[in-house]
Amino acid sequence: MTMTEQTEHIIEINHLVKRFGDNVILNDLTLNVSKGEVVVLIGPSGCGKSTLLRCLNGLEPIQGGSVTLHGEPVEHGKPSLYNVRQKIGMVFQSYDLFPHMTVLKNITLSPLKVQNRSKEEVTEKAMELLKRVGLEDKANSYPSELSGGQKQRVAIVRSLIMNPDIMLLDEITAALDPEMVHEVLNVVLGLADSGTTMMIVTHEMAFAEAVADRIIFLDGGVIVEEGAPAEFFHHPKTERAQRFLKTFTYSR
Amino acid sequence: MDWSFIQKFTPMYVEAAVLTVTIGVIGILLAIALGLLCALVKYYKIPVARQIVAVYIELSRNTPLIVQLFFLYFGLPKAGILLSSEACGVIGLAFLGGSYMAESFLSGLKSVGKIQLESAESLGLRRGQVMRYIVIPQAASVSVPALAANVIFLLKETSVFSAVSLADLMYVAKDLIGMYYNTGEALTMLVAAYLVIILPISIVFSLLERRMRRAGN
Repeated sequence: MTMTEQTEHIIEINHLVKRFGDNVILNDLTLNVSKGEVVVLIGPSGCGKSTLLRCLNGLEPIQGGSVTLHGEPVEHGKPSLYNVRQKIGMVFQSYDLFPHMTVLKNITLSPLKVQNRSKEEVTEKAMELLKRVGLEDKANSYPSELSGGQKQRVAIVRSLIMNPDIMLLDEITAALDPEMVHEVLNVVLGLADSGTTMMIVTHEMAFAEAVADRIIFLDGGVIVEEGAPAEFFHHPKTERAQRFLKTFTYSR
Repeated sequence: MDWSFIQKFTPMYVEAAVLTVTIGVIGILLAIALGLLCALVKYYKIPVARQIVAVYIELSRNTPLIVQLFFLYFGLPKAGILLSSEACGVIGLAFLGGSYMAESFLSGLKSVGKIQLESAESLGLRRGQVMRYIVIPQAASVSVPALAANVIFLLKETSVFSAVSLADLMYVAKDLIGMYYNTGEALTMLVAAYLVIILPISIVFSLLERRMRRAGN
């Protein structure tokens, strides 16, 4: 039983320690993500949730513990990282499309150059994904011609086309206007429905509740509380989580 | 204006212009190669090489070309290294230009934000691929205007080559003034010759910049 459970984990984080100088960001954090699971990380700013995502993708060196993807270590600065990264899709807050390339080129660059897939297959797949996010007519546009929400949807497609084992979404709507937040989050809900494994950092609590299989509440670099979304949002167990959730409600 | 003088000595100017351009082009190409190398060393913060580059850049930028040429032409023979005037011109120009080119390349490389690099890396692109597909195309639109200014600056700097007895445009003009006292004609031809060389380059670069600015967005 333990064996089968082991193999089901996409990502295993064991006793992860991340420090910037003397400042401890993540303190002995242990967490697993199973296949098809959507884990949402929430917590006050500076609690280490974005840093955690960056560690999972090898963008940050870690000071203790380990991160593995399907048992393969994710290690900052190691050559093995190139192979591991192909299986991890990451979308950032500021979309970061490549400004000198069309939408289609942005999407096809990595499957062509990293995975050496054929141009026909990749182009077809890119168009299919663009259609899925409602942007098939923007294939030949440049990023500067798109709205923030459109850019972010392209950024999601750019990661998806690599067929990653897990998608890491780092506050992907934080820089968007409210009506654009909706169009981007609908895409993410669609991904969750189709069984994409995801780890999401967000401040959109209604979205977190709708999309998550599991909520992880981080504060001070440790997991303070975790549980099913309904339970967490309506009956938080810890005083710290109760206090945090109050900041999202108003009354007079 | 003594037109027969101008007619008579035009071939001399043409010959000198060819020499100026030849040495200028070779020197500038070497300066670009050296500059790119130095910029990459600084960009990737390669230990030791980085300190060497820093010293070179300060030395190159804070001494006049004529001093650098004197060092090559009159100084090095004392150490047993004998260089022709042409070699001195090429090396001097590359030495001076390399640091200016390095700064232009570096400003371009640095203009590409860290988050662009991280998104490219997150997609599994290797360091060389990130450089080739993401950094260089974006850096170029920042670097090209500065690069163009450097090319023109270096071509103008070639006018001190006469100091190491290289028969360039300046040398011919000084020679003719010394021999015939036709100062007006000799200087007019000198100005015209530099304009004929540099104006077209200037125009080509501004067209290129305009095109790159359009393609940049």
